[in-house]
Amino acid sequence: MLAINATFIGQFIVLLVLLWFIYKVVVPMLAGPIEDRQRKIAEGLAAAERGERSLTEARGNADQIIREARERATQIVDQAQHRANEIVEEAKGQANTEGARLVAQAHEQIELDTNRARESLRREVAGIAVGAASKLLGKEIDAGKHAELLSQLATQI
Amino acid sequence: MAVELETPSAYVNHHMTHLTVGQGFWTVHVDTLVMSSALAALVAWVLWLAARRASSTARPTGLGAFIEFVYEWVDNEVGSIYHGNRRFLTALALTLFTWIVAMNTMDLLPLDAPGNVAGAFGAKFWRVLPTADINGTAAMAVLVLILVVGAGVRSKGTGGYLHEWISAPFGANPVLWIPNLLLNAIELLSKPISLAMRLFGNMFAGELIFMLIALLGLGVTEASAGGVARVGLQILLGSVWAVFHILIVLLQAFIFMVLPIVYIAMAEEHH
Repeated sequence: MLAINATFIGQFIVLLVLLWFIYKVVVPMLAGPIEDRQRKIAEGLAAAERGERSLTEARGNADQIIREARERATQIVDQAQHRANEIVEEAKGQANTEGARLVAQAHEQIELDTNRARESLRREVAGIAVGAASKLLGKEIDAGKHAELLSQLATQI
Repeated sequence: MAVELETPSAYVNHHMTHLTVGQGFWTVHVDTLVMSSALAALVAWVLWLAARRASSTARPTGLGAFIEFVYEWVDNEVGSIYHGNRRFLTALALTLFTWIVAMNTMDLLPLDAPGNVAGAFGAKFWRVLPTADINGTAAMAVLVLILVVGAGVRSKGTGGYLHEWISAPFGANPVLWIPNLLLNAIELLSKPISLAMRLFGNMFAGELIFMLIALLGLGVTEASAGGVARVGLQILLGSVWAVFHILIVLLQAFIFMVLPIVYIAMAEEHH
C-alpha cells in the first residue's frame, strides 16, 4: 500500500511536464494581460482622482474670480457715483461763479451807462442852461468866465 | 462487474488494488499514471484555453474570467508569503493546486463507475484517485524537496548552505556539528514526508469511507424493508460525505500549494 515503485518516476515526469507548460506557456500568457490591465485600472483611477482634484481647484478658482469681479464691480460703481457727485458739485460751483460774474458785469455796465447818461445829461443841461440864461440876459455868456458856475450847476443836477 | 465481489472484504480489496505492470520496484500503477497524465493534460488544456483569451483590453468572460481569478488568487497567496520575483513560484503553486484539485475530484465520481468503464476496456482493477497513491503525492513532495534545497543553495551559495547544515540552529562549535546536522536532516526531510503523507492520508481515508458507505447497500437484491433502509442510508451518508469531501478536495490542494511556497521562502532566509 505504501510501496514506492516506478510509478513514482512516471508521476515525477508528468509533474515536470505540467509545471514546465504552466511556467513557460500559461503564466506568461496570463501575467502580461493581467498586469497590463491592473496598470491601466490603476492609471485610470489615478487620472480620475487627478481630474476630481483639478475640478475642485477650478471651482475654487472660479469662486475666487467671481468674488473678485463682484468686489471690483462694486468698487467701480462706487467710484462712478463719487465721480458723478463731484462733477455735479463742480458744475454747480462753476455755474454759481459764472452767474455771480455775469451779475457783477451787468451791475458794472449799468453803472457805467448811468454815469455816461448822467455825464451827457449834465453836459446838455449845462448847454441848455447857458442858452436859456443867455436868452434871459440877452447877451452872450462867456462860457470861460462862468465855467465855475457852470460846473457847480452841473454837479447839482 | 467483471469480478466476483460478494463479500465486503473482497469489495474493499478490489477497490484498493492497482492495475499494475511489472514486478518489484519496476511495478507501474497503470491506473495512477493514466489518470494523472490525463488530468494533467486536461488541466493544461483548460488553462491554455483560458490564457489564450486573456487580453488587457477585452473584458474577461466565462472560463477566461474564472481562470484569471484563480491565477490572481494563487499569485496573491504566493506574493503574501514570498517577497521577490515570484513568477516561477506562482507557476509552481498554480501547477500543484490545479493538478491536485483535478486529481482529488476523481474521488467524487461514483465509486464503481470508473472501474466499470475501465473494466469495459479489459482492465481488471482501476483505482481512479492518483493522490491516494503514495507514488503520486511523493513525486510532488520530492520536487518540493529539490526546490527547497535549490532555493537554499541559490540564496546562500553552496558553501553558505552547507555551512548552515552544521552551524544552525545550535551554533558553529564543532561539538555541535553532529546535532546540527541531525536536526537539519530531520527538518528538511519532515517537510516532503509530511506533505506526501498528509495528502495521501486524507485522500486514501476519504476513498475508504466512500467504500465503507458503499458496503451498506452491498448484496441488497430485493426490495425488502431492511434492504430499502440500507440503500437509503447509503445514499444519505454517501451524499453527506461527498459534500464534506468537496471541502477536503480543495483544502488539501490549498495546503499542498501553500506549504511548498512557505518552505522555499524559509529556505532563502538567513539564520
